[in-house]
Amino acid sequence: MPNVSVQEAISQALTEEMRRDPRVLIFGEGVATKRYDMVKEFGAQRVRNTPLAEGIIAGTAAGAAATGLRPVVDLLFSPFLCFAMEEIVNSAGKLRYISGGQFSFPMVAMALTGAGWGVGAQHNQNNEAWFVHSPGLKVVMPSTPADFKGLLKAAIRDENPVLFFTDIALAFESGEIPAGGEIVPLGKAAVRREGTDVTLISYAKTVHSCMKAAERLAEREISAQVIDLRTLKPLDEETILNAARKTGRIIVVHEASRMCGVGAEVASIVAEKAFASLKAPVKRLTGPDAPAPASFPLEQAFVPQPDAIVEAAVQLVEYGQTVAVRNLPDVAVAK
Amino acid sequence: MDRQRVRTGTDETQAATPAALLETMMLIRAYELKLPEIGIKMVCTSVGQEASAAGVVHALAAEDLILTNHRSAGHLIARGADPGRMLAEVMGKSTGYCKGKSGTLHISVKDLGIVLTSTIVGGELSLAPGVALSQQQLERPGIVACFFGDGAATEGVFHESLNLAAKWNLPILYICENNQWQAYVHRRETMLTDHISTWAAKYGIESLTVDGNDVTAVHAAARVAADKVRTARKPFFLETYTFRMHGHMEADDLSYVDREELAAWAAKDPIQRQTERIVREGLLSAEDVAQMETRVRSTIESAVAFAGSSPYPELSELTTEIYA
Ligand SMILES: Cc1ncc(C[n+]2csc(CCOP(=O)(O)OP(=O)(O)O)c2C)c(N)n1
Ligand SMILES: [Mg+2]
Repeated sequence: MPNVSVQEAISQALTEEMRRDPRVLIFGEGVATKRYDMVKEFGAQRVRNTPLAEGIIAGTAAGAAATGLRPVVDLLFSPFLCFAMEEIVNSAGKLRYISGGQFSFPMVAMALTGAGWGVGAQHNQNNEAWFVHSPGLKVVMPSTPADFKGLLKAAIRDENPVLFFTDIALAFESGEIPAGGEIVPLGKAAVRREGTDVTLISYAKTVHSCMKAAERLAEREISAQVIDLRTLKPLDEETILNAARKTGRIIVVHEASRMCGVGAEVASIVAEKAFASLKAPVKRLTGPDAPAPASFPLEQAFVPQPDAIVEAAVQLVEYGQTVAVRNLPDVAVAK
Repeated sequence: MDRQRVRTGTDETQAATPAALLETMMLIRAYELKLPEIGIKMVCTSVGQEASAAGVVHALAAEDLILTNHRSAGHLIARGADPGRMLAEVMGKSTGYCKGKSGTLHISVKDLGIVLTSTIVGGELSLAPGVALSQQQLERPGIVACFFGDGAATEGVFHESLNLAAKWNLPILYICENNQWQAYVHRRETMLTDHISTWAAKYGIESLTVDGNDVTAVHAAARVAADKVRTARKPFFLETYTFRMHGHMEADDLSYVDREELAAWAAKDPIQRQTERIVREGLLSAEDVAQMETRVRSTIESAVAFAGSSPYPELSELTTEIYA
C-alpha cells in the first residue's frame, strides 16, 4: 500500500472524482493557483480561483448544487466560515426541506482547523459543532490519510451539503492508503484499537493522542479501546453504544471546547441509552473555552495530550474501587 | 386551474400582448388582495409593483430559471404558478408547492424553473451565480433571472454577487425592484444614490432603470435585457423603479409613510394605467376588461376553495426531506 500525505490524499480524491464525474468542479481563493495540475487536466472552467468573498463562494456552490453541478469549495481556514454561514446554514442546509424535497444540495465545503501551526484564533477554531447543530448538513473530520481520501470521495458523491474539516496538524502526516482509492462511507466510526477496560472516543488529531495513551495504558495493564468518529453528523450511535456496553467506561476527547461540543452529545447518548452499562461517569477531555492561542506552548496546552488521557483513564478504572457504585447488569449486550 | 404561461423557447422573441400583461397584473393583484381578506396578514404583497413582475417574467423563456425574494407572489403568478397551490402553501397545506414546509416566504416551483424564493434578504443574490454557473457549465441555453429589492442591494452579498457574475460572465438578469422601502426604513436613509443601477455600472455590468409602474416599458426593457444576457452570456442589471403601496406585510398599516409620496405613486397605479391605455388604443373594450376581471375573480375563488379544502400535511412530514 502506497504511503501518502493527507494533502496528497485530498488531491487524489478530488482528481479521481473529477475524472469520474464531469459535474464535479472546485473553486475558492487560490484553488487554481495551488492546484495547477488540476487546471491542466480539467480546464479553467472546473478549477477556479475566486474573488476573496466567502459568502458568494458558498452561495455559488449552493446555487450550482441545486441546479445540476457538484461543487467543492475550499474556504481555507475554519474561522472564515463565519462569512459563509448564511449560505451554508440558511440555504444549503435548509432549502431542501423548505422546498418540500424539490431541490438537493450535493456540495462539499472544505476548511482547515485546529492547533499545530500557531496561526492563532482567527485562523484556528474548532467550530465543527456549529454545523453539527444545523439541520440538513453533514460534518466530516478525518484523522488518517486513507480516511481523508475515502471520506472526501464519499462526501463528493453524497447528495447533501458536507462540511469537510482538515485538522491542520494532520495536513502533512503520511500514512498508507489502499490502492484504488476505497470509499469510506459517511456516518461510520472506526474502531482503531480494541480494548476491554475503557473506551477513548475521539476524532481528528486527538485520535492519535488517544492511540498513544492506549499504548501507555497497556503498559499499566489497562486495555483501552479507541474509536475514531470520523463523521460527526450523522453520528455513528451504534458504535458508540456498543463501546459503552463493552467497556462501561467512556472518555471523549476533542480539541473543540467542551460546552455543547460533540463530546456532550456522545456523553448524552451514552447516558440515555446505555446508562446501565456504565461503571463510571462519562468523562470529557477537551480544549478550553478560550480563543486558540498562537504561542507554541500555549497552543499545545490547548489540546488534550496523551498524559491527560492516561490519567483520566486510570481515574475511571479506579472509580468503582473508591466510590460505591451500583453495577446494574447489562441486558442489552451479552458479551 | 391550468394557467401555464411559461413560453416555449421557440417564441422567445415574441412580446407578450398588452392584454396578457394586464391580465397577469390583475391576477397578481386579485391574489394578493385576497390574502388579508381571508385573514392572512403575515404576508408581503407587491401591490403597486405588479408591472415589474408581469413585464419581466413575460420576457423570459421556458428554459430560464428564476430566483426571487420574500415579495415573490407576482413573479410566481406571472410564471404560471397555480394560485391555488400557492395559497395552499401559504396556508401550510400539503397540496402547496412545497408541501406546506415553506409557507409564504420561500415558495419554489422546480417544474416552472423557480429555484428559490429567499426570505433571507440577499439569499437570492448569493445563489444566483451558482445557478448561472450550472447554465454555463452544463451548456444549457437558459438564463437566470434574479429579483431582489433595494434593501438587498445594501447587503454585502449583493456586491459579491455582481462582482463575481461580471468577472465570470454569468448569464444573470438582475432585476432590482426599487420600491423605496426596506421594511420600515426608507431607501433614502440607507444610501446616497436614488438608482441602484449606478452601482451595477461600477462593476462593469450594463444597466438600465425603467419606470416600474409602466408594464409596457418594463416589458420592452426586460426583453432587450434578457436578449442581451442570452446572446452575450453575461449579466445585465435592470432596475424597476416603483413603490410599495402596502405595508411591509399586510399587518402593517403604513402609518409611517408620507401621505404625499404615497398619493403621488397611487396616481401611477400600473393596472389602471395599462387598462386605460388598452381601452384608449382600442385593443380591448371596457366590456372585454370587465370579462377579464370576472375571469380573474373566478380563478381566485377556485384557488381559495382548493386551498381551503386541502388537508394539512401528516405530522410524520415533520422530519422528512431534510436529507436527500
Ligand atoms: C438577512 C435579513 N435581514 C433582515 C430581514 C428582515 N427583512 C425582511 S424584508 C426586509 C426589507 C427588504 O427590503 P428590500 O430588499 O428593499 O425588499 P422589499 O421588502 O422592499 O421588497 C427586511 C429588513 C431579513 N428577512 N433577512
Ligand atoms: Mg424595497
